Amino acid sequence: MGCRSMFDQIPQFPISDWIDRAVNWITSTFSFIFNPIRNEFGDFMSWVADLLEQIPAIVIILIVVVGAFFVTGRKFGLATFSLIGLLFVYNQGLWSELIDTFTLVLIASLLSIIIGIPVGILMSKSRIVETIMLPILDLMQTMPAFVYLIPAVAFFSIGMVPGVFASLIFATPPTVRFTNLAIRQVSTEMIEAAEAFGSTGFQRLFKVELPMAKTTIMAGINQTVMLSLSMVVIASMIGAPGLGRPVLSALQRAQAGPGFVAGLSIVILAIIMDRFTQNIYKK
Amino acid sequence: MSVIEVKNLSKIFGKNVKQSIELLDEGKKKEEVLKATGATVGVNRATFNVKQGEIFVIMGLSGSGKSTLIRLINRLIEPTEGSVTIDGEDLATMNKENLRRVRREKLSMVFQKFGLFPFRTILENTVYGLEVQGIPKQERLKKAKEALNLVGLGDYIDQYPDQLSGGMQQRVGLARALANDPEVLLMDEAFSALDPLIKKDMQDELIDLQQKMKKTIIFITHDLDEALRLGDRIALMRDGSIVQIGTPEEILVNPANDYVERFVQDVDRSKVLVAENIMRRPETINIDKHGPRVALERMREEGLSGIYIVDSSRNLKGYLTADAASAAIKQDIRDLNQVLNPNVPTVGLDKPMQEIFDLIHDSQIPIAVVEQKKLKGIIIRGSVLAALARESGVQINV
Repeated sequence: MGCRSMFDQIPQFPISDWIDRAVNWITSTFSFIFNPIRNEFGDFMSWVADLLEQIPAIVIILIVVVGAFFVTGRKFGLATFSLIGLLFVYNQGLWSELIDTFTLVLIASLLSIIIGIPVGILMSKSRIVETIMLPILDLMQTMPAFVYLIPAVAFFSIGMVPGVFASLIFATPPTVRFTNLAIRQVSTEMIEAAEAFGSTGFQRLFKVELPMAKTTIMAGINQTVMLSLSMVVIASMIGAPGLGRPVLSALQRAQAGPGFVAGLSIVILAIIMDRFTQNIYKK
Repeated sequence: MSVIEVKNLSKIFGKNVKQSIELLDEGKKKEEVLKATGATVGVNRATFNVKQGEIFVIMGLSGSGKSTLIRLINRLIEPTEGSVTIDGEDLATMNKENLRRVRREKLSMVFQKFGLFPFRTILENTVYGLEVQGIPKQERLKKAKEALNLVGLGDYIDQYPDQLSGGMQQRVGLARALANDPEVLLMDEAFSALDPLIKKDMQDELIDLQQKMKKTIIFITHDLDEALRLGDRIALMRDGSIVQIGTPEEILVNPANDYVERFVQDVDRSKVLVAENIMRRPETINIDKHGPRVALERMREEGLSGIYIVDSSRNLKGYLTADAASAAIKQDIRDLNQVLNPNVPTVGLDKPMQEIFDLIHDSQIPIAVVEQKKLKGIIIRGSVLAALARESGVQINV
């Protein structure tokens, strides 16, 4: 009892206040960075999405189908699925939403890869960086994804840009982890061969370690693409355009039908993107 | 002249390195150091010199520290103490940049499991050492191709390592090491992963290559037979220390201690030597293609007084002496059948060596080793004597 009352006497630490203040401070102090990112980057993303929407749907579908045929080693499975799936989305009037979602996933994944691979390389090269990064990666992956939406809105307002930001945080860890792991797993004999012939650190990395690690890194990239797709749907809550929106509005109005149709479209996009990335790294 | 001088080279793994080194300097053994400090002695004050153009074999069982020692020489493992001097430069203390230069220009390594890059073709693997040096593309490709031709793989340049057999992969490993034209080749159990027949071929080929190239080679093995076959000198290792250095003859006749003696005994007892073990690859002339002029030219090139004649499927036809060949040329005889001597001494692959000794005593020409009439190898007097010396050396010490 005594113990309990003692704990009760300690006032609650105002952690959430501190974080609020920190976010406010960051928002106002770095607005000179955030605002241009929001404007310029937002414009760029809209430009990409507009560009893709300019192209007639049938052309894109054909490109995807032909690509699927070749990327799977001249098999018809994925090609047929893509044809039927994409025609279904088009038929349901969700084509422009699909393009928006694809643009978001594409850009978020590219940024994740551009950031993730160098960080993974640094981790593999330095015990200290690894020790620091591992708990950060754990945090990034286990924190409920919705939580990222709040500072994202504070920094970047609403729309595509905060969606990409939240997706970056949520989806980058697999690429980082797999890159780190893949480079650490390169066999001693490969390293010795590289060293014995007098490679510099960069030569060893680019001529031996990264080529050896490629398959595993690609598996991480595949995970990143899938995670950013799932995040992009959540991001519709903060105004990111795309297939998440009809899901959200169906949820708010308790309409099972439209919700299911939009959900199915997301599944179709997910399967196509997954199989594409998988088959690329299996090569 | 010594190319490499290794002095007091030691490696301690684990904690208490300083204390362990002091104990080693007091002459303590590996076990005693482990007990006192908990540290493992990888290599204990190894000292030896390797001469220009010799094959220096370092032999020991697994755990004897031989693989660590070879890695201390090119500093894939950092030495705890001691020096490795190549051309007057101490590798053990030089900075990273100099170390890289020495590795690029003077030392090349061949690995037990080949160490080939699976994502590179044979040519791209071979060119690696030249590529990291930044040698212009045309030149490095030319050198790599030359190295591949040297090991007989000129036709495989666009294959990937996993498309080749183990023996061929190790030829690539050798070609990659030779492409740099290093002064010293480090070969770490280079043939241990190969099956016995291929292994013997590779040993013969290394000896052949060595006669042309005159490289300095440090060769690690756990196989006494291989050590005796290849080594100009052999260093025997046990528990991280070198227990004896000597020519094969010296090691066999005067084992420095019980360990060496047991080693020598074990190896030879397990092996009853037969023709196959001591035969060499023969120089031959193909009767379907060549005449006396080619035969004589070949004999002149190889410094032989006679040569074995086979047909296109390597069936043994007979023996042609240099005299008979010149006589044929004078009389303008083109067909070798008219001048060769078909009555040659032959034995099967499994003929015991003792019996071969009697045969060769009465024979003026090398003995042909045949299997179903096909010529497999030849035995010359020298190789029998060498093998016998090995056996009697053991008998003396039993």
